[in-house]
Amino acid sequence: MKLDSKIPAGPLADKWNNHKAKLRLVNPANRRKYHIIVVGSGLAGSAAAASFAEMGYEVSCFCYQDSPRRAHSIAAQGGINAAKNYQNDGDSVRRLFLDTIKGGDYRAREANVYRLAQVSTSIIDQCVAQGVPFAREYGGLLANRSFGGAQVSRTFYARGQTGQQLLLGAYSALSRQIGAGTVKMYTRHEMLDLVLVEGQAKGIVTRDLVTGEIKAWASDVVVLCTGGYGNVFYLSTNAQGCNVTATFRAHRRGAGFANPCYTQIHPTCIPVHGEDQSKLTLMSESLRNDGRVWVPKNSADCTKPASEIPEEARDYFLERKYPSYGNLAPRDIASRAAKEVCDEGRGVGQLVDGKRLGVYLDFSAAIKRLGESAIRERYGNLFDMYENITGENAYRQPMRIFPAVHYTMGGLWVDYNLQSNIPGLFVGGEANFSDHGANRLGASALMQGLADGYFVLPYTVTDYLAGVGLSGRPSLDRPEFKAVVKEVEDRTNWFLNNKGTRSARSYHKELGKIVWEKCGMARDKAGLEGAIRDLQALRDDFWKNIKVVGAGNQLAPELERAGRVADFLDFGIMMCLDALKREESCGGHFRTEYQDAGEAKRNDDTYAHAAVWKFMGEGKLPERHTEPLTYEEVQFTTRSYK
Amino acid sequence: MVKPSEQSSHDSERTLALRLRVWRQLRGGEGHFEEYSLAAVPVSASFLEMMDMLNEQLIREGKDTVAFDHDCREGICGMCSMTINGMPHGPIPGVTTCQLHMRNFRDGETITVEPWRARAFPVLKDLAVNRSAFDKVIQAGGFITVRTGSATEANNTLIPKPIADEAMDAAECIGCGACVASCKNGSAMLFVGAKINHLNILPQGQPERERRTLAMVKTMDDAGFGNCTNYGECQAHCPKGITLDVIAKLNRDYLRARVKEFFSSTGKARKGGE
Repeated sequence: MKLDSKIPAGPLADKWNNHKAKLRLVNPANRRKYHIIVVGSGLAGSAAAASFAEMGYEVSCFCYQDSPRRAHSIAAQGGINAAKNYQNDGDSVRRLFLDTIKGGDYRAREANVYRLAQVSTSIIDQCVAQGVPFAREYGGLLANRSFGGAQVSRTFYARGQTGQQLLLGAYSALSRQIGAGTVKMYTRHEMLDLVLVEGQAKGIVTRDLVTGEIKAWASDVVVLCTGGYGNVFYLSTNAQGCNVTATFRAHRRGAGFANPCYTQIHPTCIPVHGEDQSKLTLMSESLRNDGRVWVPKNSADCTKPASEIPEEARDYFLERKYPSYGNLAPRDIASRAAKEVCDEGRGVGQLVDGKRLGVYLDFSAAIKRLGESAIRERYGNLFDMYENITGENAYRQPMRIFPAVHYTMGGLWVDYNLQSNIPGLFVGGEANFSDHGANRLGASALMQGLADGYFVLPYTVTDYLAGVGLSGRPSLDRPEFKAVVKEVEDRTNWFLNNKGTRSARSYHKELGKIVWEKCGMARDKAGLEGAIRDLQALRDDFWKNIKVVGAGNQLAPELERAGRVADFLDFGIMMCLDALKREESCGGHFRTEYQDAGEAKRNDDTYAHAAVWKFMGEGKLPERHTEPLTYEEVQFTTRSYK
Repeated sequence: MVKPSEQSSHDSERTLALRLRVWRQLRGGEGHFEEYSLAAVPVSASFLEMMDMLNEQLIREGKDTVAFDHDCREGICGMCSMTINGMPHGPIPGVTTCQLHMRNFRDGETITVEPWRARAFPVLKDLAVNRSAFDKVIQAGGFITVRTGSATEANNTLIPKPIADEAMDAAECIGCGACVASCKNGSAMLFVGAKINHLNILPQGQPERERRTLAMVKTMDDAGFGNCTNYGECQAHCPKGITLDVIAKLNRDYLRARVKEFFSSTGKARKGGE
């Protein structure tokens, strides 16, 4: 597999500008002759589709939801980073870059991250112009807050609904183009495969979820912005429909999948309550600005109400272990610390499977200091949400939280232009691997999605189109399209006709338990090897006993679920394999064999690279390739938040 | 002493036996209610998790599952849409169906579950409806025209905090359609009013203020939504607390736009083709 990162030469700070100046252009009169397919309508997808259409291209955009406004970017709560330095606290492009590289535990590509920090400021300008109602100060200027492990206030926010407001901004730009007829929007369409013609990505095959029609679409270029794979864990903070199918199908067609073992476990989610639970709910990390995390010092106190545990019997373990960052320690570190105290038997809350998996997030000190109304102003909607779900009032008693799968840093391998190793296949947002390394900092996902969609893909996709010229779009009559349509139809019919006994959800739950136990917050060799064996057996069983009810020509949620679970099973094996072969700890990937007294121990000599997996055939294990990460500006240091 | 509010964390063991009357309908066909019994529903489960349990039971029986829309399950995507015992999103104010929990129901209760009922939202299957009319309204004018890359420095536009807060209040609308489903006229005025309020009070929204208002209202009327006759059911069932004053402001802005349109007509043919 050829992995050329295409990082431009020259000083880091000039790379993007120099590169942009060299990228080829397409004459405005010719742009309408090119057809761009964008799959996914979240921040990256909507922003890219709208921007392409504004430039004059013919765009088709696909999403599985009933409206592009529902994409899961909408659920991001906390905020979006940008190096504006409005707060005069020493922020800069360089500092945002350094924080992101360090936060990613030196496993991200330097040049991509620097570009991300550079374009971050334009994102805020763009969103404000669209009418995104960011929080403001009384003077009318934009407000900022410090967020998730940052020592400067560079996070812009719209109450606890920043993702919603940014997505609605991108959705409004996209809607304008749909209304103008320059974007054709296909909702309730799921991409089920990628079509290659002469080695280039030239179309997709979709299923219309309402009518069941399976159809091929030809284009000059395909852009995947289909999000992450967190739902491999069954329980996660992702939406129910989030899936790996689009990127995994591209992987099966030859696209390298990078670093699948890098998953982010978010520290502040509502704990699991029972067997029938379908999702975990995130409580914004911004809560850690004012909440203090603790558990009882003595496990005998764990069943007592929090109010009966005196101050001296409480262990504020983040403040104790990481005095300089305290409750704001980065996500991977805060999550692991919570797991440790629960593993010691000091967790609080309900017993689930014989364990109490929860820690307190306590606002009493902040309420005493600032007053309840100030806390209500900052987090009111989050406290309401918590009460809806748990029936508890967090103004009166501490919240209980526990880590949950939230974001996935791995994704399809892309070069500096966000192009995968398949020419003509571009990947943006969470679906690619490029910017967050082994761990993502808070408020950086929204930044990356919009950076890719508004400010990177429009330039780099144009360069690709200029290169392939006007004869690039193949006819749908070509055998390549017919062959892929047939494969998708066969698979769909197989599911509908198989006389199985087990529901897709039951397989998904079992898959989730295996990867959460063995490839979650802590991993080890024996566990991962066992998980791979278990998953292979589960996969074999799935392909015998899966039971799909419903008809192919109607909405068929069970058919959709079965297809997604099938891909998650194969993907889960690859994720565990990646975790097994990365014999170090870094960021969200913590191998218990590689640690210094509980802190992740990287091995920069051997593993300062992206691991990129190549599909080797049905039922076979994928093959590991590497892209070395060379750091020109940054020195490796051990990440310390003490 | 354990405070009452602290006891609820231990309610997970309690379960309910329920009877469900669920609307079943194929695309293009006639609908009907079917009745199901469902046992051992934990009170900590969400309403949609209860529906998942029903569907798993139907799969075991070899029957087709109940189709319903849902996605984020944290009350923000706006996809879930069920009328529960006659109330869109169920009996608890300020929550979506996905955030409604079974502790709000009684053991032995019969629960009736229907799709959104509105002319502009045809049923696709069972409880899932087509809400693309909402997208069309936004496509007509629910935006501020700004090309990627053409924005000015963000802090050049000062926006007083009360204005930004008011815009944010309106912008919280999740586009679920409960307002339409709850209205006996099937009116979308709360949805349209929310977007008009969000964009029309911001300085960035001024250049297109009249154009936006007229285009969105026209598209709303063409899509088959009814008129507002001030019943106020929309406000009562909005999971995001959007209030009726957005409708008053929509009416004001619509009148303003019509008047301006009337007086700006000079009799000369307009340049630029519009």
